[in-house]
Amino acid sequence: MLPFDYQRAQDLDDAERRLADDENALLLAGGMTLLPTMKMRLAMPSTLIDLNGIAALRGVRTHADGLEIGAMTTHAAVAADPLVRDHLPGLAELAARIGDPQVRNRGTLGGSLANSDPAADYPAAVLACNATIVTRRREIPADEFFFDLFETALEPGEIVTAVRFPPVARAAYAKFANPASRYALAGVMVAADGDGWRVAVTGAGSCAFRHAGLEAALAREFTPAALDGVEIDARAFNDDLHASADYRAALVRAMAQRAVARLSGSA
Amino acid sequence: MNIDIDFELNGERVSASVEPRLLLVELLRETFRLTGTHIGCDTSQCGACVVHVDGRSVKSCTLLAVQADGARVRTIEGLADGERLHPLQLAFREHHALQCGFCTPGMIMSALELLERDPQADEAAIRHWLEGNLCRCTGYQNILRAVRAAGESMSGGGT
Ligand SMILES: Cc1cc2nc3c(=O)[nH]c(=O)nc-3n(C[C@H](O)[C@H](O)[C@H](O)COP(=O)(O)OP(=O)(O)OC[C@H]3O[C@@H](n4cnc5c(N)ncnc54)[C@H](O)[C@@H]3O)c2cc1C
Ligand code: FES
Ligand code: FES
Repeated sequence: MLPFDYQRAQDLDDAERRLADDENALLLAGGMTLLPTMKMRLAMPSTLIDLNGIAALRGVRTHADGLEIGAMTTHAAVAADPLVRDHLPGLAELAARIGDPQVRNRGTLGGSLANSDPAADYPAAVLACNATIVTRRREIPADEFFFDLFETALEPGEIVTAVRFPPVARAAYAKFANPASRYALAGVMVAADGDGWRVAVTGAGSCAFRHAGLEAALAREFTPAALDGVEIDARAFNDDLHASADYRAALVRAMAQRAVARLSGSA
Repeated sequence: MNIDIDFELNGERVSASVEPRLLLVELLRETFRLTGTHIGCDTSQCGACVVHVDGRSVKSCTLLAVQADGARVRTIEGLADGERLHPLQLAFREHHALQCGFCTPGMIMSALELLERDPQADEAAIRHWLEGNLCRCTGYQNILRAVRAAGESMSGGGT
């Protein structure tokens, strides 16, 4: 890594001020993505502003019948949290399968969303559950958050403080993990939304997205078989050494069917 | 600019002056000469560098040394009680859970967090837990056996 300065933020005001003072500074959360990226010199910040000392950014609380999860809550803490397991067991299961235990001990919800890796798990959850990403400046609906590969609605200097999940009656996530990294080759979260369902896909495209065809099919009939004939357009899908675009399309259907099967008790 | 840190290392208070870009694993190996913690990949994939920070297992190649300031760090060297090996170390020897030994410190430090929380962890739980630790020699089978045996011994059944 190239040399950089390190500052431990005392609180959010302090973090924001330091970030505003130096346009080449970056926030350090779990470091699970940022530090390897710096080793490869794909990121070369002048300063790292460490959020790990800010207790207010950690933890899970109830909020308007739903849940609010602090941005610095680790994947391991989400997976083990009694409130999450109670209100949103699908999210706890998703968090329990991110990477490996050491990644889950450091990696954070806020870091994962801010990073918007095309194969990350949380983006599918916030989209399917219609969550809101809370920053120091505004509240961003998940539907308006993910733009592209590693690109989100976040502006320079904007800090994610929490994510609010509305009450979700039922949700399930199925992922086909890359056996080496555990990242999603394709992952699908299916979540109840009033009378209908929201279906969010990760791993397949340049960032997580909702699939209108799968949602419409489930609104008509909530069974795995209802997804058999749905067209899944692979033209914009990732096509790399891990999987072809067509294979990813097949996985999207299969993972959606698995999630539906789990929710209808037939698997 | 260097930053002064002090922290607890295997039960002793230590201090150091570190460059921000120094990794925890480099501090452990090069400054404190605790070379039991290995660097396999340096890119957070292999688990050879796993140590405990405040009771949780972490990859010390993906943590800055400055981030250990004020923390409690435990490495493989902190496991044995004098000449008395930790149950995990005994079980790895007993069950031939290592060949070259390169992955072993990371395997043991990772498994330690699991067993400290749940000494009864079954084979499926152990397999899932060790997903971040790669071994290129043993085929993992004996590692699973050793962790199971250590779990039994830690929960009071057998030696
Ligand atoms: C071996 C390995 C396997 C992995 N497997 C998976 C997997 O299966 N699924 C998965 O989803 N992920 C996986 N990950 C990624 C992991 O979940 C990371 O934790 C996550 O992507 C980034 O979170 P972090 O807290 O480590 O963020 P960092 O690496 O610290 O930061 C990432 C980026 O987000 C910015 N940032 C951090 N916090 C904030 C904030 N609060 N507000 C604004 N910007 C912020 C940082 O400045 C940086 O640019 C894996 C990582 C590794 C190393
Ligand atoms: S050296 Fe740290 S994970 Fe490989
Ligand atoms: S014993 Fe050689 S890598 Fe595991």
